[in-house]
Amino acid sequence: MYKITKKEYLAPNIYLMDIEAPRVARAAKPGQFVIVKIDEKGERIPLTICDYDKIAGTVTIVFQTMGSSTKRMALMEVGEYFEDFVGPLGRPSDFVEEDLEELKKKKIMFVAGGVGAAPVYPQIKWLHEKGIDADAIVGCKSKDYLLLEKEMKIVTGNLYVATDDGTYGYKGFVTNLLKDLIEKEGKKYDVVVAIGPMIMMKFIAKLTKDYDIKTIVSMNPVMVDGTGMCGGCRITVGGETKFACVDGPEFDGHLVDFDQAMRRSTQYKTEEGHVCNLGLGVNK
Amino acid sequence: MEIKKRVQVKEQAPEIRKANFEEVCLGYSLEDAVEESRRCLHCTKPLCVTKCPVSINIPEFIEHVKNSEFEKAARVIAESSALPAVCGRVCPQESQCEGKCVLGIKGEAVAIGKLERVVADWSRENNIDLSKTFSKNGKKVAVVGAGPAGLTCAGDLAKLGYDVTIFEALHKAGGVLVYGIPEFRLPKETVVQHEVDNVKALGVKIETNVVIGRTVTIDELISEEGFQAIFVGSGAGLPIFMNIPGENSNGVFSANEFLTRNNLMKAFKEGYDTPIKAGKKVAVVGGGNVAMDAARTALRLGGEVHVVYRRSKAELPARAEEVHHAIEEGIIFDLLCNPVEILADEKGWVSGIKCIRMRLGEPDASGRRTPVELPGSEFVIDVDTVIMSLGTSPNPLIATTTKGLQANKRGCLIAEEETGKTTLEGIYAGGDAVSGAATVILAMGAGKKGAKSIHEYLSSKNDIQI
Repeated sequence: MYKITKKEYLAPNIYLMDIEAPRVARAAKPGQFVIVKIDEKGERIPLTICDYDKIAGTVTIVFQTMGSSTKRMALMEVGEYFEDFVGPLGRPSDFVEEDLEELKKKKIMFVAGGVGAAPVYPQIKWLHEKGIDADAIVGCKSKDYLLLEKEMKIVTGNLYVATDDGTYGYKGFVTNLLKDLIEKEGKKYDVVVAIGPMIMMKFIAKLTKDYDIKTIVSMNPVMVDGTGMCGGCRITVGGETKFACVDGPEFDGHLVDFDQAMRRSTQYKTEEGHVCNLGLGVNK
Repeated sequence: MEIKKRVQVKEQAPEIRKANFEEVCLGYSLEDAVEESRRCLHCTKPLCVTKCPVSINIPEFIEHVKNSEFEKAARVIAESSALPAVCGRVCPQESQCEGKCVLGIKGEAVAIGKLERVVADWSRENNIDLSKTFSKNGKKVAVVGAGPAGLTCAGDLAKLGYDVTIFEALHKAGGVLVYGIPEFRLPKETVVQHEVDNVKALGVKIETNVVIGRTVTIDELISEEGFQAIFVGSGAGLPIFMNIPGENSNGVFSANEFLTRNNLMKAFKEGYDTPIKAGKKVAVVGGGNVAMDAARTALRLGGEVHVVYRRSKAELPARAEEVHHAIEEGIIFDLLCNPVEILADEKGWVSGIKCIRMRLGEPDASGRRTPVELPGSEFVIDVDTVIMSLGTSPNPLIATTTKGLQANKRGCLIAEEETGKTTLEGIYAGGDAVSGAATVILAMGAGKKGAKSIHEYLSSKNDIQI
C-alpha cells in the first residue's frame, strides 16, 4: 500500500500528489514514469514522474482526470492509500547518461504543453542541479491552467509562458512562440525536448525539423503493464515498431509516426467509463 | 484382459459455457475419483512418475484416493508440488504422466490429472493445512517473478529453511496463472490465490510492484539487500508480432494484451475500470494454447471467432483437449492459411485480414511439415479485431541491466538445464525465462532444480567459510 502524503489542486481537473514509495523514489531518474492502480477495480494508469525525494521516500505525480479511475483518484485525500504504485518504468532521458562536460556545452530548450509541465520539471531540475540552466516554454489553455510556474522559475534559465487565450504571457501556441524566439530573438538551441499532447509534439517536431534541431519527445500511449508485456503501447519510430514502455518513453521526435500514434491513442476512447460496452453476450 | 474405460468427467455444456467465464471442466466427484483410481495397475516401475517434471509419487497418491484417504493423498502431492490444483487443470498430462501410463497402450490412461485436481480441490475445500514449520537457517534468497517457476523454487527453499522473498513486477502474484490463463480454465480467486497463499504459508514473502532491472537491480539485491543467491524466473512476457503491413492498426492486439485486460484486470466483470475491445468478428492468429485461450475469451465476450493457423489441424501446438473444447464452442478454424496483411478502414481501424493459402511441404528441423504458400491464393476474412498469438520471448530487462548475465540471441537467459546455473555466480534461472514460452509444469520443474542447486551452492559456501 502506498500512502498519499500530499495533495494539491493545481488547475481545473489537474492534481498533484506525493506518494510514499521508497523503492521508486530511490531508483527514479528524469524521463521515467510510474503506473498507479488505486484499488482492486482500478485501471493501471501510467503517469510521468514529476519529482522525487530520495530521503523522504516520496514520488510526486501530477494527473488530469479523464476516465473513471483518475476521477476516483482525484477524490482521494492525504492519509489514504493507493493499492499499487510501480516504477520507475521506461528508460531515463538520454542526457542522464551523457558526459557532463559535453552536456554543459549544449543549449537545451524544453517545450511543455498542458500537464506536460509535470514530466518536464524533473528533467530541468536535474540539469539545474548539475549547473546547467535550460530554457523552457510552458504552454496552456489560459492562466488558470498554468502548472508549476514558481518551481520552474527557480530551475530554468529563461522561462517563457504561452496561453492560447492570451490571459498570461505570450498569446498563442508554443510552436509560434518557439518560432519567434528562434527567428525574432535569434535564440539558438542544440536540443529541444517536447512533452505534451501528441498534436503539440507533432508540430514542434515539424518546426524543429526545418531548423535541423535535434528533438526529443516523450510518448504516453495506452498501455497495461508498462514492462513490455502487452505491446499495446507500440508506436512506429523510423519505420520500426517500438514499445514506448521499454524502448522509450522518449524518442527522436523527427522519426515518430505521430498520426499513427494519435489514432492508436483513441482505441479505447469509447470504452472509458462505459462499462456497459463490456462483456456483450456474457451471462453475469 | 479388457481394459475398463476412463470415468468420464463432467463439463459445462458448450452452448451454455460459451457465454460465461465459469470453469468448463467440473472435475470428478469423490465417488468418480475412487472409481477411476481403481484402474491404476500400480506398476512396479511406474513410468508416469518419470515423466512428471516435479516427480510426484503418482501411484502412492492414487492408492490413497482408492482408499478414500484424500488428506493423505494431498500430503503425498504436497511433498513434490506447490500448485496441484493448478497442475491438475493445466498440465499437458497426455504428453507427460498419462502419456506413459501402461493402460494407455491398449486403452485409456488413468486420468492422473483429474485425480490430482480432485485431491487438491478437496484439500482446499476442507481447509487442510499442508504447511509445516521448518527451522530457519538465516540465509536470504531472492526469487524474481511469482509465476510457476518462482513460486515452486521459493516454496522448496522455504522448506529447506531459507528466508525467501519473491519480487513480482505486476500487482498480483501468479504470473501467467493470473494474467494469461483464463478464468474458465483456471479460476483465480479460489484456485490460484489459494495456492499462492499456501506458498506464503511456508514463510515466503512476496513483494509485488517491483520490476527487477528498474526498481532495483540484481546487483543491488546482492550488494545492498543482503541476498546470498537469486533465482530468476521472470518468464517470457514479450509478445511476438508478425511484422506484416497494417499490424499497428487500431484493433490489432497481442494475445498478451487481450488476455491481461480480461484475466488480470478483469475487464469482463462489471465494475472494473479497465476496458477491452471485444470485437464482433475476431481473427486469432496462431494455434497454441494461448491462441485457444484468446479465441475462447473473445467468443465469451460476444464475438464470432476465427483461428487462423498456417498448418493443418494435426500440427496445432495446442492441447487436443483445448482444440476440442474450442470446436465444441463454435470457434471457426481457418487452417492452412497465413496472414500477409491487415487491412484498415480510412480511420485506421481493422477491416479485414488478408491471408494466403498454404500446403504442407517437407518436415522441418522440428519434425513438423513446413507450410508452403500457394501463389495467387490470397483472400480476405472480414474482421474488426485481430489478436496476434504467435508466442512470446523473455523480457530483456534483467539480462540488459545485470552485467555478466548472458542471454542467447532469442533473449533467453543462458542456464544449465540440470542446475539452472547462469553465467554469474550465485544467480540461477529457470522456466520460460530460459526455455522461451513453454508450460507451467516445465517451469515448475526448473524451479525445483533451481532450489536444489541454490541449496547445494549455499551449503558448500558455508562449508568453505567454516
